[in-house]
Amino acid sequence: MPFIPHTEEDIAEMLASIGANTIEELFDEIPSDLISGELTGVPPGLSEMEISRLMMERANADGLYQNYIGAGAYEHHIPAAVWQITTRGEFYSSYTPYQAEASQGTLQLLYEYQTMMASLTGMDVSNASMYDGATALAEAALMAVRSHKSSRRILIPKTVHPVYRKVVRAIVSNQKIDVVELPFCAESGQVLPESLDEFYKEDFAALVIPQPNFFGVLEQVDALTDWAHSKSALAIGVVNPTALALLTPPGEWGDKGADIAVGEGQPLGIPLSSGGPYFGFMACKTKLLRQIPGRIIGRTHDLDNKPGFVLTLQAREQHIRRSKATSNICTNQGLMVTAATIYMALLGPEGLRRVAAQSHANTLELIEQLEKINGVKRTFSGPVFHEAALSLPTSAKDVLPKLSEKGVLGGLNLQEYYPDIGNALLVCATETKTPSDLQHYAELLAQSLS
Amino acid sequence: MLIFEHSRPGRRNYSQSPLTAASANKIPENLQRKAPPLLPEVSEMDTVRHYTRLSQKNFSIDTEFYPLGSCTMKYNPRACNSLAMLPQFTARHPLAPENTGQGYLACMYDLQEILKDVTGMAGVSLTPMAGAQGELIGVMMIRAYHESRGDFARNEIIVPDAAHGTNPATAVMCGFKVVEIATDKEGNVDMAALKAAVGPKTAGLMLTNPSTLGVFEKNVSEMSRMVHQAGGLLYYDGANLNAVLGKVKPGDMGFDVIHINLHKTFSTPHGGGGPGSAPVGVAERLLPFIPVPIVAHENGAYRWITEKEKPQSIGRLSAHMGNAGVLLRAYIYVRLLGMDGMHRVAEFATLNANYLMVELRKAGFEIAYPTRRASHEFIVTLKDIKDKTGVTGMNLAKRLLDKGYHAPTTYFPMLVPECLLIEPAETESKETLDGFVVAMKEILTEIQEQPDMVKGAPHNMPLRKLDDVKAARELDLSWKPEA
Repeated sequence: MPFIPHTEEDIAEMLASIGANTIEELFDEIPSDLISGELTGVPPGLSEMEISRLMMERANADGLYQNYIGAGAYEHHIPAAVWQITTRGEFYSSYTPYQAEASQGTLQLLYEYQTMMASLTGMDVSNASMYDGATALAEAALMAVRSHKSSRRILIPKTVHPVYRKVVRAIVSNQKIDVVELPFCAESGQVLPESLDEFYKEDFAALVIPQPNFFGVLEQVDALTDWAHSKSALAIGVVNPTALALLTPPGEWGDKGADIAVGEGQPLGIPLSSGGPYFGFMACKTKLLRQIPGRIIGRTHDLDNKPGFVLTLQAREQHIRRSKATSNICTNQGLMVTAATIYMALLGPEGLRRVAAQSHANTLELIEQLEKINGVKRTFSGPVFHEAALSLPTSAKDVLPKLSEKGVLGGLNLQEYYPDIGNALLVCATETKTPSDLQHYAELLAQSLS
Repeated sequence: MLIFEHSRPGRRNYSQSPLTAASANKIPENLQRKAPPLLPEVSEMDTVRHYTRLSQKNFSIDTEFYPLGSCTMKYNPRACNSLAMLPQFTARHPLAPENTGQGYLACMYDLQEILKDVTGMAGVSLTPMAGAQGELIGVMMIRAYHESRGDFARNEIIVPDAAHGTNPATAVMCGFKVVEIATDKEGNVDMAALKAAVGPKTAGLMLTNPSTLGVFEKNVSEMSRMVHQAGGLLYYDGANLNAVLGKVKPGDMGFDVIHINLHKTFSTPHGGGGPGSAPVGVAERLLPFIPVPIVAHENGAYRWITEKEKPQSIGRLSAHMGNAGVLLRAYIYVRLLGMDGMHRVAEFATLNANYLMVELRKAGFEIAYPTRRASHEFIVTLKDIKDKTGVTGMNLAKRLLDKGYHAPTTYFPMLVPECLLIEPAETESKETLDGFVVAMKEILTEIQEQPDMVKGAPHNMPLRKLDDVKAARELDLSWKPEA
């Protein structure tokens, strides 16, 4: 009986106390025609030794590759202390901190997280996280519509992660909110501020601004933010948290700064893990505080005037407001935020800057080496952070399997997401790559194209 | 002390970021950050000590009995974590090609199949990242189903008053109007109220069974007939699935769509509030609308099924396929339990709940629904005690913390005054339950002899009662360095 501690004697004593003869009897209120038979689709139980062997076999079937795929999920070095502390039982197996006095560890950590994220994004306040980057953007769109007087339309450039755009559409369409997509410049890979002219007479609740965008290219965030504000629309920044060590934070974009900053928190100490669990971050200006979804932690005092932390502004939330809540979200991604907070503390401002700077430098170096190969050139001219699109002489679809056979995941085939883009490959080299790794990749790509 | 208060300018961990500071920089000047972010400058040991000490200020399943109703705080087996963190699993990029992820995909496919069997549904999608997102996705499928039939008149979702707050919040997020129906004296959904609510505007009914009142809805088959006859669909909130795991399949009760909280029934960690994971299961008629991606197994290989093959899918609700690492942990848990273990989960969760209910009644506590069997949880109400002594359910909850027990769920469901919703999961031993009863008896005596002491609880925690009102009025949501 896995994880059930009852002895025969326990069972007999407990049933006697209840006044039942068998455990079956405790289910006598359930209509008998509903009681199911054997679970034939569930295999017999395994011992820990057996499941370990099975999982190791499956892990080995996946293997380990040298990875150059980014596209929203980035491989970074994760200091050993991050997950050793995060998986301590007191963090791993605790619940949402409703009982504040018994949850000061989690609550204080989340307050520290809110401080770090607000500063990293240049915003006034951060919530305690969302599910992931894609849903954080969807919630930001809902927030913008709630706070806007007249418009139920959101303007999203096609340079935003294609799956994020799908997720936003899926979620906001429930509330009859329109998503209008904005084209990008085929030459620079950016949204051109002048391309917004044709939308100037239309009313929008928000303009979404990615930085860097899905192609790794840096957008002209100041002009875009000012354009949104000139039309009384909110500016929502979708940002990479590592990049923010080097880039102007959304709170400082344009004359007034973006209003909401969201993004995928995974680069901050969360392993790639096939896509999750990650966490989304969300920060905003004070004026939007009452519209922000999710948990928020506040600092207060106890009866003896000792400082402590509680969940606050709960009147926005579903467990209090029910159908009038700002969102149905209840949990955030607590454990992931625990890891991210420890990661940011260990790295500090200089460590995070070095991670960002080395990732940027490695990507520049990789581009330089790959552009030496005949027929390979950058797809876009815009400046990049740690990812870039490269046009190849043949389809990325044919090239990538040749690289993976040699143990290298060479990037993402962009044509799958942008059919008109030609033979383009999206590559990313973070700080985890050495000069010889980059050289090895360049040699393999040259071979597979020859 | 906050981590920022340990910070000293220039202190840092040299080996955990690149050893040399890269100088190549092609970021345009106007896009470069001017001032560094407010991150602490601390050593590794400072960091490890600080967060280890913080962890010690938490109650957790690993350290305390945690009888939170409707949260299923069962033991989280260590193997589930260590095996899900094998380097090949943690290093795998979500967009890596299928042929480089056959091990991971095999686990996901197996999990889909096992969840189908356990719930009696025709299809399962693993993509939802929390219970509330599972609900959102479920209700979106209900909408998609009606709209695919050209039926646009159904704009109401029926929700019992005992439901989790996420149910009505979800219905509204999906653009529906919420119709709340009452509970009868026995703790069942009031059938007359349901009958009056059901009609041509009914898109669906969201139901938790056993309910959050800790009792099994005996009339569930009749409710199913009623809603289906009116053209509506039935949504199963899987929050309390642990109570019937291996006993009753939601599909057999007539449900069309269900979400399964893996962080409850399948023992993935609660993590201080997430990450959750809540796969959705659907009946045959909702199969076309299921969110993508899902995993298929054909000719000995595993592959993704995407929107290309599921044109009517409600689409994507996460950047990849949900909380993959949580799904792996749940998979390892179900394989450890196996068929036999799975049948026993509900049995022992129910045995523990009924034993604890009876013992607390014997100790002098009032049970909200005394004529009913407990499911895997039950409600104690302190209404009488509050009327006589002024001691509230929350006071008792805080006093339990002093005695080394996490409080039960308090003030939920809202329809029972001064309620404590108590759920002792199957992983707790008889001695633990007996110890909890002793503590509850002691508090009962304290309430009679020194009520003010109980009202001032907690007394033995690192902090006394915290001022929520001040927190909300004088908002302090991030630390600011002293100027």
